[in-house]
Amino acid sequence: MITELGHYALILALALALVQGTLPLIGAQRGVAAWMELAPTTAAGQFVFIALAFGALTHAYVTSDFSVLNVVENSHSSKPLLYKITGVWANHEGSMLLWVLILAVFGLAVVAFGRNLPPALRARVLGVQGLIGSGFLAFLLLTSNPFLRAAPAPLDGQGLNPLLQDLAMSFHPPFLYLGYVGFSITFAFAVAALIEGRVDAAWARWVRPWALAAWCFLTLGIAMGSWWAYYELGWGGWWFWDPVENASFMPWLAGTALIHSATVVEKRDALKSWTILLAILAFSLSLIGTFLVRSGVLTSVHAFAVDPARGVFILLLLTLAIGGSLTLYALRAPTLKAGGLFAPISREGGLVLNNILMATAAATVFIGTLYPLLLDAVGGGKVSVGAPYFNGTFVPLMVPALLAMAAGPLLPWKRADLAGALGRLKLAAAIVVVVVAATWSVRTDASILALFGIALAAWVVGSALVELAERVKLFRVPLGDSLRRAGGVPRAAYGMTVAHIGAGIVVAGITASSAWRTESIQVMRPGDSVVVAGYDFALTGVEELQGPNYTIQRGTFTVTRDGRMVARLFPEERFYTVEQRQTTEAAIHTTWLADLYAVVGDPDGTGGWVTRLYHNPLVPWLWIGTIVIALGGGLSLSDRRHRVGAPARRRRERAVPAGA
Amino acid sequence: MVSLSNHEVRCAVASMFDFKFGGVQRRLVYILPPLGFLALAALFWVGLGRDPGVLPSALIDQPVPEFDLPPLKDDKPGLASADLTGEVSLVNVFASWCIPCRVEHPIITRLAERDDVAVFGLNYKDKPEDAKAWLAELGDPYDRIGADRDGRVGIDWGVYGVPETFVVGRDGRIRYKHVGPLTAEAVAERILPLVEELRR
Repeated sequence: MITELGHYALILALALALVQGTLPLIGAQRGVAAWMELAPTTAAGQFVFIALAFGALTHAYVTSDFSVLNVVENSHSSKPLLYKITGVWANHEGSMLLWVLILAVFGLAVVAFGRNLPPALRARVLGVQGLIGSGFLAFLLLTSNPFLRAAPAPLDGQGLNPLLQDLAMSFHPPFLYLGYVGFSITFAFAVAALIEGRVDAAWARWVRPWALAAWCFLTLGIAMGSWWAYYELGWGGWWFWDPVENASFMPWLAGTALIHSATVVEKRDALKSWTILLAILAFSLSLIGTFLVRSGVLTSVHAFAVDPARGVFILLLLTLAIGGSLTLYALRAPTLKAGGLFAPISREGGLVLNNILMATAAATVFIGTLYPLLLDAVGGGKVSVGAPYFNGTFVPLMVPALLAMAAGPLLPWKRADLAGALGRLKLAAAIVVVVVAATWSVRTDASILALFGIALAAWVVGSALVELAERVKLFRVPLGDSLRRAGGVPRAAYGMTVAHIGAGIVVAGITASSAWRTESIQVMRPGDSVVVAGYDFALTGVEELQGPNYTIQRGTFTVTRDGRMVARLFPEERFYTVEQRQTTEAAIHTTWLADLYAVVGDPDGTGGWVTRLYHNPLVPWLWIGTIVIALGGGLSLSDRRHRVGAPARRRRERAVPAGA
Repeated sequence: MVSLSNHEVRCAVASMFDFKFGGVQRRLVYILPPLGFLALAALFWVGLGRDPGVLPSALIDQPVPEFDLPPLKDDKPGLASADLTGEVSLVNVFASWCIPCRVEHPIITRLAERDDVAVFGLNYKDKPEDAKAWLAELGDPYDRIGADRDGRVGIDWGVYGVPETFVVGRDGRIRYKHVGPLTAEAVAERILPLVEELRR
């Protein structure tokens, strides 16, 4: 009964979305206030009904209602409650339901936070949201209905893929979707602006918080996925350039470009058509990512169950959303008035450079991801593009980006003096020298490339600190004055500094973990010990244990260094009895400067076990850096400017005669 | 080789970043994104028609690999290359630990009831007692079963995941490979027509 109500609620949500996607848009065009007013009401109604549907499916999972096919296929009565709940979105149908739920949440957020938007703009933004919602709700109901019944109902379910019965993996999709779907708002704003034919500083000020929020969520979502791969796949790696990882990374790159270019629109009224294009691209890449993962056109370790009918449907949605918006862009963008001019060496110039590099990076990832598909389509055979391609193209693009990232914030708007800015970075250069020398003293075997990576990281962090010191005139005015100035620095500026420092930390983590990783794979018997990067890993035993819905083979390592106890590690190999699948739980001890990482694999049949031991320097910095980046984004999001200051345009709005 | 002058490149870049300059070029630049997407959509359309799961087996139209597997059960013969000539046959790779194998089992059973095709089993990386219990529970449809305990023969056959089903012609050449559990559609649309054709 509840299942049928959920299904019914979803149909009602579609009906509301269709109204939301049509009448407010027409109303905005014709100036019919009553029709425009339908937008917030229908958006709220859509949220209520989708939330009901989501609640109904969750109920089916929690109560293990095996008369629902989706529950049968993805759950089991012996699963812990947490994974019964997260199992709701750990499958194609449920994750699409979560997708539309988040879309509805964002729609509701526009209603709640968008009270100061001009009514026509708000109606159009929500109207475009409604169109996107209609498309995805129709997709759900027609090809991926999670509420189908199973008759006869089996006694128990088939269980959930054990790899997904994991905490980080459970919250990875919601964060990713908050990112992907968040970009639907900037997309809707872009399309609304194209319909109106007007983009100005006020528009950028409304759009930027949405872009920032989406970008923060996406940053965290990607990091969670990466963290999961790191400890769960058991190979000590954290990024594999897998098509699905790339699918989430491309919108992130476009979003990174977007939050930077939107600043230029806001501050200088320039880069307007480019910013609009980026807003469209960020969401388009999210949609393409969805398509790639779910249509089965590419093979990947974590592709969903494949159904060609779904692929055709998503392709149709893609064509309508991306093709439609880009066509609108081609028609309208040339009419956008160009804004403020600027010299190549200027803050704007720096941000343009950032944009060119980010867009190119997104393009290289895009080409690498789709190349196998392209080659197969022209009959060139099946290939897979791996890490060598991405490392060879993506990394060289990030180097100038990081170099420029240091100088950019020191350049004033419009026209700047590069020599002067670089002069002020002398202190940052000194920090680089010190850090590189310190690294060299610890790692005398370091390659030039690795040292260069560390230098880049120090450069980014050092210059971010220098920029902040410059802003408050540290040591040039009395300390009290500096503190007072620090209080006056807008949060957005702090946000930038923090995010840039986070990027520096991540770069250090990437460099050290790729350059100085130590790996040791061998067969060990209890009592054996192996030295990895100066740490002595002794296998003291392997025992059999019983988990809630799996059996465990647990190894115990005692790690010592120079005779002193460092840690005890308990890597597990779990065997999930229902799903008949095995997972690896690496044991990780972090010293914050490195991870000691141990995995116990299969027995060799003669009393020994295959063990994999790693010393992964600075890997914790990847996660810390990512969190710092997201914190920077959040700090910028909390800037006063995003909460007030919108009335500027409203006043102008009234001055413009109706129908303009 | 089309070479753009420095000026043209700058114009293209400039217009994306909305510097002022006019003319037809400017419009053209804006048409590029939708055109690019059109090409991409076409690529996706072509890609949808292809199934990356159909791994182009290098073995298609090749003779079956040389192998000779011991029997799984005492009352049923094992499987060797020589058994795969003379008659059109299906070689079904299965294991007791493989859940999808359970799903396709009724379909395999129905296929085995036909008299136009021999159905052989290749028991892949399985414990004999588990496999026997599995067959005792679900029924044993196979004419012969080879026990490939360590998966060596599976490697020669290019087994990618279990279950997989191969169609072998009278001449002992592999004609088709199905990855994943057999479905009623796959049997009706691909396997049976192919068997028909190979019998001719």
